Amino acid sequence: MPGGAERILRRRIGSVKNTKKITRAMELIAATRVARAQQRARAARPYAEQLTGVIENLAAGGADVSHPLLREVENVQNVAFVICAGDRGLAGAYNSSVIRSAEREIQALRNEGGDYRIIAIGKKVADYFTFRGFDIDTTYDGFTDNPSYENAREIARRVRQLFDNGEVDQVELVFTEFVSLGTQRPVVRRFLPLTSAKTIADAGGGDAEALAGFSFEPSPEGVLEDLLPRYVEARLFAALLDSAASEHANRQRAMKAATDNAEELIIKLSREMNRARQESITTEIMEIVSGAESLNEDEAIIADAFDFESLTN
Amino acid sequence: MSFTIEFVSPEAVLYSGEGTQVIARTRGGGEIAFLAGHEPFIGSLEPSEVRVTEEAGVVRSFAVRSGFVSVTGASVTVLSDQAVPSEDINADEARADLAQAQEELRSNEHDPYALQNQRWAQLRVDLSATA
Repeated sequence: MPGGAERILRRRIGSVKNTKKITRAMELIAATRVARAQQRARAARPYAEQLTGVIENLAAGGADVSHPLLREVENVQNVAFVICAGDRGLAGAYNSSVIRSAEREIQALRNEGGDYRIIAIGKKVADYFTFRGFDIDTTYDGFTDNPSYENAREIARRVRQLFDNGEVDQVELVFTEFVSLGTQRPVVRRFLPLTSAKTIADAGGGDAEALAGFSFEPSPEGVLEDLLPRYVEARLFAALLDSAASEHANRQRAMKAATDNAEELIIKLSREMNRARQESITTEIMEIVSGAESLNEDEAIIADAFDFESLTN
Repeated sequence: MSFTIEFVSPEAVLYSGEGTQVIARTRGGGEIAFLAGHEPFIGSLEPSEVRVTEEAGVVRSFAVRSGFVSVTGASVTVLSDQAVPSEDINADEARADLAQAQEELRSNEHDPYALQNQRWAQLRVDLSATA
C-alpha cells in the first residue's frame, strides 16, 4: 500500500527523536553532576590530608600502640566486602564492572575455603547479589549519587562493629576510582585492619615537616584511639565520593553515546523515509501515466468502434 | 600576634585565615586557648564550642561534634568530622535530635554512640539559644 511504509517510518523517527531528547537531557544533567561531585571530592581533600598529617605527627611522637582497628590476623578466614556502586542503571558498564570485580574476589575467597560478608552500597549491588543467591549482611542505598559524610559514618560504624566483634578478620573495599574525567577503574583496596600509624604516615604524603616534641591531650594513645575511627570514615567517604563522580562520568558517556546513536538512527530512518516517499510518488505518477495512457487507448478504441466520421456523414 | 588558622571538615573548609586566638575543649584537658607561639600540640576534642578570634578581633563560634586540634609551629589546625558555624545551627533539628538521642539512651543508657549524639545535640541546642 503506498504511503504505509512512510507513515511507519515517520512514527519511528518521532519516537527516536523523543528518546534522543531524553538521553540528551540525561547527558547534560550527568555532566553538571560530575562537576559537582568532583568539587565535593576536592572539598574533602584538605580534611583527609590534615588527618594524615596528624597521624604523621603522632607517629613521629612515638605513638604506635595496639588498637582494635590495627589487629592483624594471620590466618584470614572471614572477609567482609564493602561494595560500592550505584542505585540506578543507564551508566554504561559502571555498576557491572564494580560488581564483577567484587564477585571475582568473593569466589577466590570461597575457593580457599573462606567465608564472606557483603556490605552492599547501592541498590544495584544488593539486587545483583540477592539474585545470585549470595547472603547480604547490610544494604545501604538512596545516596550513592550524592553521598554525605553522615552516610560514611553510618557504614563505617557497621564495618567496625563486624571487625571489632571478630566476625571478620579483614575488610576489603571495592569501589570505582575516579582517575580523570575520561578514566575510571574499579579497584579492590584493603580497608581493615589498618596498617600501623607509621605506614599510614609514610603513605600519606601530607606535610612532611613532622615535629617531635608534641604534647598530647589526653595522651598519644587517647588521640590515636579517637583518630583511627575518623581515618576509617574519611577513607570510606573518599571512596563514596570517587564512586559518585565515576557514576556520573559513566552516565554522561553512556548518554552521549546513546544520543549520538539516536542521531545516526534518525538520519538513517529519514533517508529510508524519503526513499519510501519518493517511491510512492513514483508509483503514483506511474499509475497516473499508465492510467492516462490506457485512457487514451480506450478513447482510440471507442473512436474506432463508433467511427464518428461515418456517423456525421 | 597572629598565626594561620585552618578549620576543616570533610564537607568543607569552614575557616581559613589569620587569627589571634583559638579556644577549644579537649577530652580530659578542659578548655584550652591557643595563642601565637604555643608549643606543638595535638588534642582530641569533645563535643564543644570552638571559638576562633580573627585578626580584626571578630570571634567566630563553631559547634564541633568531635575532632582534633593540631598545633605546629606557626599554625593551628582544627579538624572536625562534623562541625557547624553556631549561627547556622538549625535549632528545631537540634531539639529533635536531642529528643531522639534521649529516647535511644532510655533503652540503652551506656551506648557510647547515643551518648555522643546526645551531647552533640545538647551542644547545638545551647549554642542556638545564645547565638
